[in-house]
Amino acid sequence: MCLECGCGLPGPTRVDGKPLHDHDDGHEHGHDHGPPHEHGHGHPHEHAHEPRATREVEVFQSLFAANDRQAERNRGVFSAHDLLVLNLVSSPGSGKTTLLVKTIERLAPGTRTCVVVGDLETDNDARRLRTTGAPVVQISTGTLCHLDAGMVARASGSLPLRELDLLFIENVGNLVCPSEFDLGEDLRVVLLSVTEGEDKPLKYPPLFRGAHAVVVTKTDLAEPCAFDRETALANLRRVNPTARVFELSARTGAGMDAWCAWLAASRKKDAAGTR
Amino acid sequence: MHEAGIVQSLLALAEEKARAAGAERIGSIRLRVGRMTGVVPEALEQAFAILRTGTIASEAALDVEYVPGAFWCPGCAGEFETADLIGSCPTCGEPSADLRRGREMDLVSLEVE
Repeated sequence: MCLECGCGLPGPTRVDGKPLHDHDDGHEHGHDHGPPHEHGHGHPHEHAHEPRATREVEVFQSLFAANDRQAERNRGVFSAHDLLVLNLVSSPGSGKTTLLVKTIERLAPGTRTCVVVGDLETDNDARRLRTTGAPVVQISTGTLCHLDAGMVARASGSLPLRELDLLFIENVGNLVCPSEFDLGEDLRVVLLSVTEGEDKPLKYPPLFRGAHAVVVTKTDLAEPCAFDRETALANLRRVNPTARVFELSARTGAGMDAWCAWLAASRKKDAAGTR
Repeated sequence: MHEAGIVQSLLALAEEKARAAGAERIGSIRLRVGRMTGVVPEALEQAFAILRTGTIASEAALDVEYVPGAFWCPGCAGEFETADLIGSCPTCGEPSADLRRGREMDLVSLEVE
C-alpha cells in the first residue's frame, strides 16, 4: 500500500532497485486522485441532488481478500513449476541470511535454489546471497513492514522458475505483520535465535502459531547467552504444538544436516503432490 | 501491527462498494476484527480518524465488532474460547494451534446515503 498518496498501489517498493510499478512516471503526489481508482466503469449519476435516505450496503468481504487471491495465483504458478516455496520470517538479526547462504551451498548442485529477499532498504542481503551463485531478487519495501503476495509475484516473475527447484522468500525482519500475509508459499518457517531469549513465542503467538517449522538458530552461542533450551521449546509448544523444530548453527554446521534433509523430503512431497 | 495499512484497505474497499451502490457519502462502517489478529483497537481508531479525511467517509463512524479467539482441542473434541493470544484448553490444559475463529478482518456493511 502506498503510504504517500493512499492510492492503493504499492508505493515506494522497489524490486532490484526499480520501482514496483510505474508510480514514479508522472505520478504527482499532492494532486487529487482519491481512492479508489475507477477503472473505466463509472456509474453516471443523473439524479437530482436532494437529500437521500440512509441505507445499508452489505459487503461481507475480508480486507485480506485481494492479497489472498494473489497468493493463490502465486501458489498455482509455483506448483506448475514444481517449485517448493518457503516463507522465512523472524525478527531482524536472527540469522535468516546466514542460514540461507549455508543452506544453498549445502544443497547445490543437486537442488537449484533461488531467493526473493525483502528489506526496508539496501541490497546488502541480496549481495551476500549472490555469493552462492543462486539467482536473487531484492525487494526494498521502503516503509512497509512485510512482504505481500503482489510483491512476491512481481519479484519471482524475473526469476527463471522453470529451471529451479526451491524458492526461499526471506521476509522483512518483523515478528508481527508478516503473519497475516499469505505469499503463496508451501511452508512457513519461523527463526528464533538463542540470543533473543526463550519467551519470543509467547510474546508473538500469531506468527509462531502459523509456522510449519521453527528453526532455533545460533546454537553455538547458546551457552554464552545462557539460553534455556527446555523453556524455549516448552514456550513454543504452548503456542504451536505441531511445528517441526530444528536446532542449528549455520556458522559451525551443527544441525544443518537435519534441516537440509527436511527440505529435501519436503521437495519430494511437493513434487509428488502429497502435501 | 500495520493498522494504518489496514484502514487504507478498509477505506478503499468501503468507497468502492459505496460508489458501486450509487452512494455519495458513507455514514458508518461496520468492521469485524478477530482478537487473534493482534490489531490494537486504539491504533485502529486513531488511524481511521486521520485517514478518513478527504474521502467520502470523512465523517463516518467506525463500528468494530471484536471476535474472540476460539481454538479446537483435539483431545476434548471441542472448541474453547480464549481471551489471550495463546490457546490452552481450559479443560485438559493441552495447547492447540488449531485456530477456528479470531482472525477475521472483514468489512461487514456500510451505512450510506
